[in-house]
Amino acid sequence: MGFSFQIEKTLGEFKLDLEAESRGNRLGILGASGCGKSLTLKLLAGIESPDAGRIQIGEKLLFDSRQKRNVKPQDRRIGYLFQNYALFPHMTVAENIGAGLQRVDKSADTADMPAENIITRFQGKKIRKQKRIQEMMEKFQLTDLAARLPGELSGGQQQRVALARIMACEPEVILLDEPFSALDVFLKDQMQRELEELLEDFPGLVVLVSHSRDEIYRFSEELLVMDQGHAVVYGATKEIFANPRYREAARLTGCKNIADAKRIDDHRLEVPGWGIRLCLKREIPKDITAVGYRAHDFVPVWGERKENCLEVRIKRMAEMPFEYHYYLQPAGLSEQKSNEERPVSPSEPASVQEQSLCWFVQKGKHIQIAEKGFPAYLELKEEHIMLF
Amino acid sequence: MEEVKVILKNLDWSPLLISLKTGIAATVISFFLGIYTAYRVMKTSPGKKSVLDSLLTLPLVIPPTAAGFFLLLIFSKRRPLGIFLYDTFDIKVVQSWAGCVIAATVIAFPLMYRNARAAFEQIDINLIYAGRTLGMSETRIFWRIALPLAGPGIASGTMLTFARALGEYGATSMLAGNIPGKTGTVSQKIAMVIQDGDFLTAGIWVMIVVLIAFFILVLMNLAAGKKNRTVKRW
Repeated sequence: MGFSFQIEKTLGEFKLDLEAESRGNRLGILGASGCGKSLTLKLLAGIESPDAGRIQIGEKLLFDSRQKRNVKPQDRRIGYLFQNYALFPHMTVAENIGAGLQRVDKSADTADMPAENIITRFQGKKIRKQKRIQEMMEKFQLTDLAARLPGELSGGQQQRVALARIMACEPEVILLDEPFSALDVFLKDQMQRELEELLEDFPGLVVLVSHSRDEIYRFSEELLVMDQGHAVVYGATKEIFANPRYREAARLTGCKNIADAKRIDDHRLEVPGWGIRLCLKREIPKDITAVGYRAHDFVPVWGERKENCLEVRIKRMAEMPFEYHYYLQPAGLSEQKSNEERPVSPSEPASVQEQSLCWFVQKGKHIQIAEKGFPAYLELKEEHIMLF
Repeated sequence: MEEVKVILKNLDWSPLLISLKTGIAATVISFFLGIYTAYRVMKTSPGKKSVLDSLLTLPLVIPPTAAGFFLLLIFSKRRPLGIFLYDTFDIKVVQSWAGCVIAATVIAFPLMYRNARAAFEQIDINLIYAGRTLGMSETRIFWRIALPLAGPGIASGTMLTFARALGEYGATSMLAGNIPGKTGTVSQKIAMVIQDGDFLTAGIWVMIVVLIAFFILVLMNLAAGKKNRTVKRW
C-alpha cells in the first residue's frame, strides 16, 4: 500500500523531525527509549498532531499542515496496539472486543439491510456485532474467557484481546508499540509466532516500534533507526544490519565492538583502542571516523598471526545458555600502557570497560577452544568490518 | 429524658424536610453541572485551566456569607436578572425555596466539580486514545469509558456535595432567609433556637444532623472501599 510521511513536532525540549517514504508494507522503527518512537506512532494514529508536515498512507492523506488537513483518529482506520494494551478494565473480554464495532456496523448497515423497520434494523445491527465478536474470539482463542475482566488475564491473553479488539474493526494500518516488552521470554516467542501468523495475510501497512533488534529483524522489511528524534538511517532492514553506515545505527542494531579509527591511506586504517592496524582490499572513504565489528564474527586463529588479527587477553568470560561471551582486552594496548607506567586513575575501570572487546562463541563452535585452548589471535574478516 | 420526649413529640419536622429537599435538589443540579464542567475544564489548555479552576473553586473557599452577598447582588428583585426571572417566569429567588437551592448549589458545587475532575484526570490516557483509534466517538468514549472509570471519584464527590448542601447556612440565610416551613433549614433552626436559649431543642437537632452526616460518610467509604479491596494497609 505504501506510505510517505514528513513530520515535525516539538514537545518542550524534545524535537522530532522525521521523513520516510516507501512502497513497502512492513516498517520497523528501532531506537533507544526516549528517542521518539512511540511519539511517531501517536502522530501516525492521529492521537497527537504534528506541528508541521504531511502524512499519507496508501491513497489516504491523513495530515497536511499546508492544506490544514488533519483526519480524526476515529476516521483513520488505524489499529494501535499499546504497550500496556490499554484494555478497558471495566469491560469484559467480549465487551472490549466489541467496543469499537459501531463503525463497522454503520457502513454495513445501509448496504444490506432493508430500511423498513427501525427495530429489526437495530436488532440486525446488534446481532451482527455479536457475530463479529464471536468470530474474533474464536480466531484468537478467547471464547472461554469471554466474561472475564482484563485484570484477570495473563499478559499473553491480554495481548490477544487487544489484537482481537483491533482486528474486529478491520483496520487498514496496524501500529505495534513495543508489543512484546511486557511479556516473559517464553510467552514472547509464542506471541511473536502468533503475531507473525496473523500479520501474514494482513494486506495493509504494519509499523513495529521496538528497542529489540531481534523483533525488528524478524518483522520488518524496512527499518528506520531513530536517535533523539531524528532518523539516523532508513532503508531495507537486512541491508542496515549488514552495513549500518552510522555509528549509532550500528550500536542499536547490536554491534558490540565499536572504536574510533584513523585512516592512514586508501587501504589501511589504524584503530588505537584495539591496538591494531587493519588492511582492507576495498578503498577506505576519506571521512571515516570509526570502525565496528559484530561480536559473533571473529574467527579464532591458532598458530601463526595472519593479517587483521587481534592479540587479546581474556578479561572475563560468561557462560550463556547457548553461547559463551568473552570480554577481551587487546593485548597490544595493555603492553603499551604498562610500558608507559601510567598511574591508575579512579576512572580507569570505566575506560577499560569501554575498550574491552566482546566475542560471542556458540557452544557448538566452542568445542574447538576446549580442545586447543584459547586462540592466540582473533581474525577480523574484511566482509564483516563496518566503517562509519 | 421526659423533656426530650415531649420536645420530640411536638417537634416540627419541617426543617429536616426542607434541608433534605434542598440537599437533594442541589446535589442533582451539582451532579450534572459538576461532571459537565469537570469534563470541559479537563480538556482545556493548562493556562485557561488554572483560571477556570480557581473561579469554579472560589465559592468553596470564600466565606459563605460573601457568596450570599454576590447571590443577592445577582438575584435581587431590583437587579436585571432578578427582574427578568420574576417578570417572565414568575420565579422569586430571594426569600424563597428556590433561593435555598441556589445557595446550597453554589456552595456545594465545587466539591462535585473538583472530585469529578480529579477522577477524570486519573484515567489512564491511553484508554482514551485506544477508544479514539478504535473509532469510538467522543460522546461514546465519555459514556462508555470515562464515566465508568471515574465512577468511584464521582460517587464520593456526590456524597460530599450532598453533605455540604444539607448543612449550608451562611449563603442560605442571606439569600433565602429563615421563613419557618418555607426556607427554614435545620442549620438555621439550630441557630435560631440557640438564640432563644433553648439548648435542648438545639441539641436534638444537632444529634439528628450528626447522625445523618455519619451515615453519609459510612456509605461513602463503603462505596469507595469496594473498589479498593486490594489496597495495602501499612
